[in-house]
Amino acid sequence: MKDKSLKKVLVIGSGPIVIGQAAEFDYAGVQACRALKEENIEVVLVNSNPATIMTDEQIASRVYIEPLTLESLTYIIEKERPQGLIASLGGQTALNLACELYDNKVLEKYNVRLLGTKISSIKEAEDRELFKELMEKIGEPVPKSAIVSSYEEAYKFYEEIGFPIIIRPAFTLGGAGGGIARNEKEYEEIVYTGLSQSPINQVLVEKSIAGFKEIEYEVIRDSNDTCIIICNMENIDPIGIHTGDSFVVAPSQTLTNNEYQMLRTSAIKIIRALKIEGGCNVQFALDTMSNQYYVIEVNPRVSRSSALASKATGYPIAKITTKIAIGYNLHEIKNPITNKTAAFEPALDYIVTKIPKWPFDKFSQGDRILGTKMKATGEIMAIGRTFVSSFKKAVTSLEERYTGLLYRGFEELNNDELLTQLFIQDDRRIFRLAQALYNNNDINKLCAITKIDKWFISKIKEIVDMEKELAHKELTKSLYIKAKEFGFLDEEITKLTQTTIETLRKFNVEASFRVVDTCAAEFSASTPYFYSTYNEADEAAKYKQLAQESYKKPKENIVVLGSGPIRIGQGIEFDYCSVHAAMELTKNGYEAVMINSNPETLSTDFDIATRLYFEPMNIEYVMNVIKKENPKGVLVQFGGQTAINLAEKLDQEGIKILGTSLKSINAVEDRKVFEKLLKELGIPQPKGLAVNTATQALNAVKELGYPVLVRPSYVIGGRGMQVVYNDEELLTYITEALKFSNEHPVLIDQYIEGQEVELDAISDGRDILIPGICEHIERAGVHSGDSMSIYPSQNISRKNEKIMTKYAAKIAQKLNIKGLMNIQFIIKDDKVYVIEVNPRASRTVPIMSKVTGIPMVDIALRAILGKSIKRAGFGVGLYKKSNLVSVKMPIFSWQKLNRIDPALAPEMKSTGEVLGIDTTYKKALYKAFLAGGHKFSKSKQRVLVSLNDHCKKPALPMLKKLFKQGFFIMATWGTHKFLEKNGIPSKMIEKFMIDKLQKRMKNGRLSFIINTPTTGKNSQNAGFQIRTIAQMYGIPSFTSIDTASAFLVAYKVFDKNTQLTYDTITNYRKKKFLDMFK
Amino acid sequence: MGTLILQDGTVIKGHSFGAIGGYCGEVVFNTSMTGYQEILTDLSYAKQIVVMTYPEIGNYGINDFDFGADSPALVGLIVKNNCLKENHYKSTESLSNYLRSNNIIALDSIDTRSLVEKIREYGTMNGFITSNDVDDEFIKEKLTELKEFSIKKDVIYDVSTKNRYIYNPQGKINMAFLDYGAKKSILNSLARRNCKLTVYPSSTTAREILDNGFDALFLSNGPGDPSSFKFQIEQLKEMLGKIPIFGICLGYQLLALASGASTYKLKYGHRGGNHPVINLENNKVIITSQNHGYAVDLESIPKIMRPTYKNLNDDTLEGFEISSLGIYAVQFHPEAKPGPDDAAVIFDEWVNIAQKDINRFNEVKNER
Repeated sequence: MKDKSLKKVLVIGSGPIVIGQAAEFDYAGVQACRALKEENIEVVLVNSNPATIMTDEQIASRVYIEPLTLESLTYIIEKERPQGLIASLGGQTALNLACELYDNKVLEKYNVRLLGTKISSIKEAEDRELFKELMEKIGEPVPKSAIVSSYEEAYKFYEEIGFPIIIRPAFTLGGAGGGIARNEKEYEEIVYTGLSQSPINQVLVEKSIAGFKEIEYEVIRDSNDTCIIICNMENIDPIGIHTGDSFVVAPSQTLTNNEYQMLRTSAIKIIRALKIEGGCNVQFALDTMSNQYYVIEVNPRVSRSSALASKATGYPIAKITTKIAIGYNLHEIKNPITNKTAAFEPALDYIVTKIPKWPFDKFSQGDRILGTKMKATGEIMAIGRTFVSSFKKAVTSLEERYTGLLYRGFEELNNDELLTQLFIQDDRRIFRLAQALYNNNDINKLCAITKIDKWFISKIKEIVDMEKELAHKELTKSLYIKAKEFGFLDEEITKLTQTTIETLRKFNVEASFRVVDTCAAEFSASTPYFYSTYNEADEAAKYKQLAQESYKKPKENIVVLGSGPIRIGQGIEFDYCSVHAAMELTKNGYEAVMINSNPETLSTDFDIATRLYFEPMNIEYVMNVIKKENPKGVLVQFGGQTAINLAEKLDQEGIKILGTSLKSINAVEDRKVFEKLLKELGIPQPKGLAVNTATQALNAVKELGYPVLVRPSYVIGGRGMQVVYNDEELLTYITEALKFSNEHPVLIDQYIEGQEVELDAISDGRDILIPGICEHIERAGVHSGDSMSIYPSQNISRKNEKIMTKYAAKIAQKLNIKGLMNIQFIIKDDKVYVIEVNPRASRTVPIMSKVTGIPMVDIALRAILGKSIKRAGFGVGLYKKSNLVSVKMPIFSWQKLNRIDPALAPEMKSTGEVLGIDTTYKKALYKAFLAGGHKFSKSKQRVLVSLNDHCKKPALPMLKKLFKQGFFIMATWGTHKFLEKNGIPSKMIEKFMIDKLQKRMKNGRLSFIINTPTTGKNSQNAGFQIRTIAQMYGIPSFTSIDTASAFLVAYKVFDKNTQLTYDTITNYRKKKFLDMFK
Repeated sequence: MGTLILQDGTVIKGHSFGAIGGYCGEVVFNTSMTGYQEILTDLSYAKQIVVMTYPEIGNYGINDFDFGADSPALVGLIVKNNCLKENHYKSTESLSNYLRSNNIIALDSIDTRSLVEKIREYGTMNGFITSNDVDDEFIKEKLTELKEFSIKKDVIYDVSTKNRYIYNPQGKINMAFLDYGAKKSILNSLARRNCKLTVYPSSTTAREILDNGFDALFLSNGPGDPSSFKFQIEQLKEMLGKIPIFGICLGYQLLALASGASTYKLKYGHRGGNHPVINLENNKVIITSQNHGYAVDLESIPKIMRPTYKNLNDDTLEGFEISSLGIYAVQFHPEAKPGPDDAAVIFDEWVNIAQKDINRFNEVKNER
């Protein structure tokens, strides 16, 4: 039963979104907070990630947006005195912190109980050696392995076992620093990286069992020792690829009952031995030719797989884990879907496929080979009544240029080349496999090459064969239905069959929707959670009608389009917006209909909207829902670019876009129209030209003057954008861009290297409300998503703030913006230029909502529904500044992605962000760096400085400070000369002495690096090499002199022994200026 | 094109992938996600048409190790999608081959979820499954037939062994085993725990068992309406208190009836591998494998019967004991296959009890 002594509970979040730890922990955290509130327990929440929904003040009782450090948590615990702590829902970050708090006796001192799984169990599951011992004790097989703390020990293991060997560092998330080594060189490199990245300097080296099936079980256990399996999952990719990077299907497809139960029994035995309380996950390797299996790993907490399992089954794992943590047993809890007990195992009557979303479209030069280190930023999930439909829908959900399995360029290879390439384990392998099937290669041969189970290959062949059938046979109604059942899009079918959409429509075939109910229809359920299928009965209409009957008066419904998988440039912040939009819709008397494809997020929790449709964010699937729902309109402005991209197609189908009109959206995206519009409004903008040839480019630059910002016109979101300083750089860029596509012009803009400023506004078409203005720390030229930014702005004149407010109002009125809008400015020589307008929710909406206390999405939504902004109670125009100061810092996932240049550029690279909040700028800045994981040390160490020519002069003040603050400067030749000339001592180091540098980095004798890049994405470039080695060893490298300056400011705060205090966001907003005079 | 005709007049078309022909049967559904081979060859499904709620069936073919009985007793199988390219290293043939050679009618491409919803709302229904397309006249004819159809009490003889035989002769515990249509896995579970099993046909009399000096009697699972098996109940009544008796599924129901309780037909039964059951003694929850259409009425049980397990979904009785008479029985399937092994420990408990009770009952015998 519930532990009645619990009145206040501390929940630790997972921090910024990084590869391996994404939105799934926001979803889990919110469920936890809600479950606690349901029990009338006060929730104290700490998370450094401001883009999360869990850090909303209506989710937890007391929200601390503070760094996740031992120091901050100790302070907060002392202040709040919670009786309990929940750490199993905040990923590896929270779990590690809980261990630290325990080891430092903080929990003991303040009498805080760790709820759920005990520390001893966590350590037993996480510590490789202890885990191995336990497995041996209970007779569960583990692959031969050794725990090593040095390369010498690792070498001994290799001599005994031979290659391939898997290297797994202890206590790192997403397997950072791990990999498979096939030779000594790889082995040495990975072992060293692993050792340096493991917080306890320990790695596990393990006999590789690559090629085995990889099977996972999601388990929940309570203190009564009841153990249930929520679902099992089978990786289509065999062992060897991180499960986060694998194609995964639920439930398992190729296991007999005996095998399924053998692993189920083992999973339960392990979880019981570990005494885990709550959700957890066990990974197995299973031989394809015998009953031999190995236990690979246990996650003693809710994980990414748990989020997937929750969405795949409808079973709310995080919520139930929370209830267990506060004392309930499973049989005392109700399954909210069926109103039966929660102590049961879900039965599925559909198949779920998960495909990771990798950032290689952005990082084309990155290393695409997949291994034990996770590289995907997000994932999509699709549900189908058959494996084939689920898989095909999943591929469509990726939102790529191609929606099918074929025609991805591999058809151009001859078959031998294709088969050779099929050995490559990268993100495109499944598509090579499809092409190889299309070429009629023998399935057994493909099976031998890929080690993918023949069952899966045969199924993929069914899809390929269907394509052939469509291409060669006459399209009858029955063939059409079959193709729809397979998951083919009308667009694909018309192309393959050379028919028109009208012909297809004549067949009069409609999608039907089925319910995810945890019980395969055994009990009647009322979950409003649907997926589409064909040639079956529909359940959605009935649900819709039942819902209507339950209302006092009929309600209209409105569709909210979600933002699809998390990727760089489109993160959790859009889920924040979608969720708020849905919640606000229901508050305003509408039914909210959510469509999304991302299993990690809160928006795909069936608790959020009135009805949830788990579907690909593709126009046909969206239209299927719309036909069923017949909504008043569709909201596209909250779901990032994914939703915006659908606006035009929806409009063509005659669907009403609510809020800002499509015409206005287009006006902003169409460069020429936008230019004209700003001109008409008398708003200055950087001059720009479009060119189609190198000669035109040179002429354009004569008019604009260097430096210029160049970018291709066919991509959005800053992809491929660059600042160039001279003819040589320009020509290199132009030649390359034109090689890629000569149909689309290259855009050349005047590059104004000024102060970059950003604001978000809410407009009802008449008035606007600007919660606040943010100023970027890095000068223009760095993507706004990658810049550090300060709220409220510190260095902008009242006059310019007024000008920006005026410009924003003018633009909003002219475009009749209804809802949210984001504008970016540059101020140079006291003149304000507009550089970008986004007529939709932006990345900064959650932050601005929190620091100002203005619920931006809610007000925007009401404005869309026709309520005036004036009535929201925050006035109009620029809202008064908060009493707090916040600094947003971008967080990158370099350690997961090889061969990516960490240099900041106009192209976005960060995966997440943290927010430092305090009463002064300096302290907030210091907190932001702390939250970003930067280490400060009293003993000043070496700093490597290497600057390109145009950065040298502007960097001088920063370099002086660097010296003054006591750092020992090492500089490359040119920089050294420059420093010498300016009287700053430094030690010269040659760029070619990279090996020596690497050693220094390895031994931790280098604090950080300041390195501004020269142009060109040339990987031979020495600067690039220095930066990538630094990222390998986790040494901060600042590639903008402004970030480096800010770091020095933060360092000064540290040097002064400033005692930080921590408070809730609510209190910070209220705090008076008193603090500033202390 | 095959057809399923339901008692309520519903006609469902599907693709036939099993044997040729047509049969009447009781249409039931099973929610297991694995274990179709074990389900097919579970004799408790005699005269039934089984709908699998899990849509992909046949993925790993048929192997030599997972049979529940030598041949199947169900009459039809209905799935959403039958796998054409099965793959498993143990597989010897495809599901459809097996069905064809064992004369089972099977349909796929069926909207199984809608069918299950229908059964859930209407209750278990009779149906006619055929590999053929049918016309209206045929349907009419069959609907009359379906009204009359029921699983007769002979079914318990059809599925039982015809001759007595000994299983695991080396076993130390000398146990009689009444085969009402037993799953091999029950025999194996007991044999593994050192039981020598003398397996008797369901027509065996009490005398025959009592006269042979067994340490205990085990009652197997089986098909049909328990209350219709009057002969078997009478035999059990005679044996109560004279020998320790253990029962699973039908065996449990018959023991309950012999002890004075009554049974009733569940609306649509419990069939699957995810049924939560709570041990009323220690409050521990286990997930069990279930396959039954009838339940023992909790209200009807005499004082002497102590409930031991309860279903957490619908609070139905799942186990009881009369320890003074040495009677222990569960409704669910601790032998699993298919389904979870959580309850396997019950065999350990029972075999322990059997060993202890040997002495106790010998004393009773001597007194007599």
